[in-house]
Amino acid sequence: MKRAILDRLVADRAADRPVALATDLESGLQSLIYEGDTHGDFVLDSDILATARQALRDDRSAIVEAAGRRIFLQVHNPALRLILVGAVHIAQALAPMARLAGYAVTVIDPRRSFATEARFPDMALLTDWPDEAMERLALDGRTAVVTLTHDPKLDDPALQAALRSPAFYIGALGSRKTHAARLERLRAAGVGDTDLARIHGGPVGLPLGGRSPAEIALSVLAQITTVLHRAGSTQGHAA
Amino acid sequence: MTATAEAILEQAADWRAAGKGVALATVIGTWGSSPRPAGSQLAVDDSGAMIGSVSGGCIEGAVVLEAIEAIKDGKPRLLEFGVTDEQAWEVGLACGGKVQVYVEAVE
Repeated sequence: MKRAILDRLVADRAADRPVALATDLESGLQSLIYEGDTHGDFVLDSDILATARQALRDDRSAIVEAAGRRIFLQVHNPALRLILVGAVHIAQALAPMARLAGYAVTVIDPRRSFATEARFPDMALLTDWPDEAMERLALDGRTAVVTLTHDPKLDDPALQAALRSPAFYIGALGSRKTHAARLERLRAAGVGDTDLARIHGGPVGLPLGGRSPAEIALSVLAQITTVLHRAGSTQGHAA
Repeated sequence: MTATAEAILEQAADWRAAGKGVALATVIGTWGSSPRPAGSQLAVDDSGAMIGSVSGGCIEGAVVLEAIEAIKDGKPRLLEFGVTDEQAWEVGLACGGKVQVYVEAVE
């Protein structure tokens, strides 16, 4: 691999720019394929370009054969994202767990006593109102959202913002009773049943039986993982 | 990409920028119950330091040796690992899968 290709690939990843690296397995020649253009010394025909762009949308690296050549397409999509609303105890466990699982994590909480660097070292923290923050974050089909505050003033607008997006997972912490009350409030606010059914809650997470913040975080991450892979491809919704 | 655990290419670029020889090993195809999917990567520097994985730890040792050779001669390599016979236990996949790994030096 040419150093220039590696450096460019690293820059693309830092900029969250989807890119496929095409490698001719015989010659070792490589090119980068973007949604709109290409870069590199390996000239690709339109069939390969179309296959590479489909691979990007499917988030799937694979070998393709064309004109007697074997080409490996390696897909580099931006990291999956997890938005946590509520800088609470469970978030302190869930944020680092999700980061290990490959998610870029953002924690939102306007309550500045919760959203502190000391409680969330080295984590992206926003102290805006959740719905405003989420509009700005432009949630896509590779994003998961979990509300954790227990406070309807924060959770409800966040859930409504999440439901307006193609987020692949939306979860809301709360008991069966809390969740039923939440669904009633959202319904009264005009949210339809199809949208309400997108919310995992009452309770959120897979039933692992745990009660501690870390155990609940694990059950939520387990459910996010299940939903991600049940959907097969997380693309399709991606902008 | 925001900070995640999978900063393999970033580490490779850092090693190269620091003047080290670097090779990348990439899973390009799998058959059967191979542990890591196509696209999984391992970066290796000329001292044998590594980040990432191309299996569950079964073949990394052999891949690192090939990677160091690739750093020396600059030639890419296509490796194949799998349990094809009893002897394959030494550097094979205990799970019975088969995996193809492409190894290339960073110029």
